[in-house]
Amino acid sequence: MKQFQYVRPATQQGVLDVINKPGTKIIAGGTNLVDLMKRGVTAPDKLVDINQLPLKTIAATKTGLHIGALALNSVVSENAVVADKHPLLAMALKAGASPQLRNMATVGGNMMQRTRCGYFYDVTMPCNKRAPGTGCGAIEGINRMHAIFGASPQCIAVHPSDMCVALAALDATVIVAGKKGERRLPFTEFHRLPGDHPELDNHLAKDELITGVEIPDNNFAKNSYYLKIRDRQSYAFALVSVAAALDIENGTIKDARLAMGGVAHKPWRLFDAEKSLIGKKATEENFEHAAQLAMRGAKGYGNNSFKLKLAPATIAEALKHAAGLV
Amino acid sequence: MKKAIDSIMPSSSAGMSRIDGRLKVTGAAKYSAEYTPAGLTYGVLVGSTITKGSITSIDTKAAGQAPGVLAVITHLNAPKVPGDQPEGGKPVPPKGAFKVFYDDKIYYNGQPIALVIADTFERALFGASLVKAQYHTDKHITNLPDNRSNGFPPRGEGTYKRGTEDAWKAAPFKVEQEYIVPTVTHNPMELHAIIANWDADNKLSVWDKTQGVKGTQEDLAHLFKLPVENVQVHSQFVGGAFGSALRTWPHEVAAIIGAKVVKKPVKLVLSRADMFTSVGYRPFTWQKIAIGATADGKLTGITHEAAGQTSSYENFTEGPTGVSQNLYACPNVNTKYHLVALDIATPTWMRGPGEATGSFALESALDELSYSLKLDPVELRLRNYAEKDPESGKPFSSKFLNEAYQLGADHIGWSERKQEPASVKKDGWLVGYGMAGGMFGAYRSGATIRAKMNTDGSLLLQSAVSDIGPGTGTAMVLIASEQMGIPAEKIRFEMGDSSLPNAPTQGGSATTASVGSAVYQACADLKEKFQKLIGNGGTDKPDYAKVLKEHNLPSLEVVTETGGGNGMEKYAMNSWSVHFVKVLVNPATGVVKIDKVACVADSGHIISPKTARSQVVGGAIGGIGMALMEESIIDHRYGRYINNNFADYHVPVNADIPQIDALFVNKPDPIINPMGAKGMAEIALIGMAAAVANAVYNASGKRVRDLPITPDKVMA
Ligand SMILES: Cc1cc2nc3c(=O)[nH]c(=O)nc-3n(C[C@H](O)[C@H](O)[C@H](O)COP(=O)(O)OP(=O)(O)OC[C@H]3O[C@@H](n4cnc5c(N)ncnc54)[C@H](O)[C@@H]3O)c2cc1C
Repeated sequence: MKQFQYVRPATQQGVLDVINKPGTKIIAGGTNLVDLMKRGVTAPDKLVDINQLPLKTIAATKTGLHIGALALNSVVSENAVVADKHPLLAMALKAGASPQLRNMATVGGNMMQRTRCGYFYDVTMPCNKRAPGTGCGAIEGINRMHAIFGASPQCIAVHPSDMCVALAALDATVIVAGKKGERRLPFTEFHRLPGDHPELDNHLAKDELITGVEIPDNNFAKNSYYLKIRDRQSYAFALVSVAAALDIENGTIKDARLAMGGVAHKPWRLFDAEKSLIGKKATEENFEHAAQLAMRGAKGYGNNSFKLKLAPATIAEALKHAAGLV
Repeated sequence: MKKAIDSIMPSSSAGMSRIDGRLKVTGAAKYSAEYTPAGLTYGVLVGSTITKGSITSIDTKAAGQAPGVLAVITHLNAPKVPGDQPEGGKPVPPKGAFKVFYDDKIYYNGQPIALVIADTFERALFGASLVKAQYHTDKHITNLPDNRSNGFPPRGEGTYKRGTEDAWKAAPFKVEQEYIVPTVTHNPMELHAIIANWDADNKLSVWDKTQGVKGTQEDLAHLFKLPVENVQVHSQFVGGAFGSALRTWPHEVAAIIGAKVVKKPVKLVLSRADMFTSVGYRPFTWQKIAIGATADGKLTGITHEAAGQTSSYENFTEGPTGVSQNLYACPNVNTKYHLVALDIATPTWMRGPGEATGSFALESALDELSYSLKLDPVELRLRNYAEKDPESGKPFSSKFLNEAYQLGADHIGWSERKQEPASVKKDGWLVGYGMAGGMFGAYRSGATIRAKMNTDGSLLLQSAVSDIGPGTGTAMVLIASEQMGIPAEKIRFEMGDSSLPNAPTQGGSATTASVGSAVYQACADLKEKFQKLIGNGGTDKPDYAKVLKEHNLPSLEVVTETGGGNGMEKYAMNSWSVHFVKVLVNPATGVVKIDKVACVADSGHIISPKTARSQVVGGAIGGIGMALMEESIIDHRYGRYINNNFADYHVPVNADIPQIDALFVNKPDPIINPMGAKGMAEIALIGMAAAVANAVYNASGKRVRDLPITPDKVMA
């Protein structure tokens, strides 16, 4: 591991003053960044530890729930208000990583975690995300874990987070601080598709810091479910995961939110499928129909083509769970 | 003194906990990497990034100048390993898989090409990142299925035939199928590690992860041309080794070379990624089985073909087809085993070697046959029960497999099983049951024990044997406690050091039978010595402390050597197991959950019930990993593993494992040794993968013949 500097500013301004210098990286829980440093995927000259900043609070606001960027994944998943108002988020968090990791991982770090693509991790392999212009190892290689939506010839990596799938479904807002002040952007527009610039995972500028996320109040608490399909029962990244949230009145769906993980470079919202459910009865048939709609534009790359079948099956299952049909 | 042993040991005290359990859970047990000899330095290996070819140049300048770096060793500057050098102008075979830093040849991706030694681990790691090699690249092959036609029969193990060849073809009921066991990598919790130090120019000490300190001592003495007694090997605790530490590997030799260069102790701990290329693995194996049977379920013929991978520089064989020769009474059996040499590191034994792979195919195929016969799979096995060894015709020293079937069936609730697949659903999940069995030779080899009784009534036992986890020390203490009639707390078992009396390498499920016999006999000899002191009429188990004091003796000691392999001429000796599994399968997503497991071992008399149970549970979990998730994946374009880390290479976690019932027939084998104990380690895993696959089929109607059984293969 390369030698590096380590600083721990006491204030947000102190952080903003240093983070836009080349070779500088923020460190929060370190559960992703340190692994990447050990593998030589990233080699910062300076780490800016942000753990001194007061960004751990979870508090109700007038319009929703604010969660600080440094709130730990474990703390958020066990928070009483989260459990009560946004059980979907708690379920997604608990489906991620292991208790030890969740005890270190932060909300901001979780959003910013990098793909787990094996070609990205192995510095001897081609990877446009790690080393632009070297090619994509996965596209004709081992791509069982890879994207079926929104990929580009440059990159078929997926964003590996579970938490982000729930936040995308729940219409969260990301709050970002920069030199010029605060900026808010919809969670669904925080991460980006690879296109011609797979080295960029999201729209956060180099000189910006995530300070928190906000989830608007909703009526989904009663009928939410996070279903994660993986190769073992715990401590594995999703083959496919689905966050499903329904607002059901007298058996009729008033509103719906659906997002998928493990299928794209960003948490994948299923807007068409959501729309198709509104005004419909909460039945297996309608769920299966929505699942089919969600698959428009999906493309398999060989090893991962099973996801074309697994994804709709998982959507329908998640909806059934959310609606209390199983 | 060698002694014949023929008495049978009565049942020993039950339920004692592992004697080193407390040390292990409190962190007080010291593993090889945890020693800190003065002046300790740290080594990090640099691996080849090509798969086949040669090194044309290697730039070590930046690494050599990096802070804290003491040496960068490559084939260009490594001191010669005397045991690797040609003798009389002829090259000698390598002792440690291949000759590390010997020349510019690259045999596989990840092969060590340099060792960077620094004053701290981090600085060595950074230094290693600066070593840059240029290569001449040759075309490589790493893919077995595409290269199966290039296979060759290994010497002495190629083919077997009894009765008529391919007799299955004429049978009214038959199955013919292909099965794949992928590469499964050794991933014990403790990484392989060595600390090497030259105490003098001709004296070497190592703290090393090994399953046999004596074997390592011999290998190292041979390689560095040292008198055996000048090599000290310490391996007091081993954090799991399931075959990976049965032989000497290049990283061990590299660390010793490094210590020679820096003239200081060098610690070398493999990274998790290194584990995939450095210490062997269960080889990728293709198999084809064909079985024929009569309408009433009598097997008429088995044809079993296998092709397993090996490296380009060594032939590793493990006899996967052997299981078809012995497991069932079938008059006509022919088998064929080929190796396919690939540009990968050499495989090695992994728990239940050969048999685990072979039984996945055989026991899956038998299950398939049971469905075409519409016969209960247990009943099918009983109809083909081998009463004597089908291969040699010899009687078994003991075999209670039929009782094991019954025990397991009762425990799992086999009567709930429906013969019709995919016919039981509960809470949205399909429910199914499966079973499969395994066998493994019951071996025993020679061992020596020093037993010393002290005036405080404490007994010290010494043996060089390793304990890789099964609880060897615990079992030995229990045997001695029973024999001497003193409480276990009074007995200390010292092991894992080459200075101690000779013991075989821990492997092949033979330790209890081998070292246990020596302990048993040493106790008998020690008691006899006491008898001589007391004179006629004394009790068999006197107050030892009192006798010593009366005779003014500080201690009484014996060194007893026992032989191995007795009974082999007249009897076929095996341990047997059967695994019963209940699974839940999600019909929509293909997720498989193991709901219940019952494993039954027929491994003779059980000496240490608690550690025996742990062994069976551990074996079953290893089998579940093999069945559902373990697979080392190579990108054949590059010849590199793509999932060589614990996030991507899955081993079972707690959530994957239900309650596992470990059951024992617990009837002594009258022949193998005085305790009546047979091996247990391998059979705990052998057959498990097929049992899971068979249960998945019963639940879902999906027959998965290529492991692991991941959701994508099961999903509708
Ligand atoms: C073995 C393993 C298994 C895992 N399994 C799962 C899983 O199943 N599901 C899942 O969702 N996750 C999983 N994870 C990933 C885990 O959730 C992330 O590692 C974790 O959330 C990262 O948070 P952190 O605070 O440790 O981030 P760090 O490692 O500290 O940082 C990660 C990145 O975020 C940046 N960053 C951190 N905070 C901020 C901020 N406030 N503003 C701007 N940038 C910031 C850092 O610069 C860095 O680039 C797994 C991780 C491991 C190691």
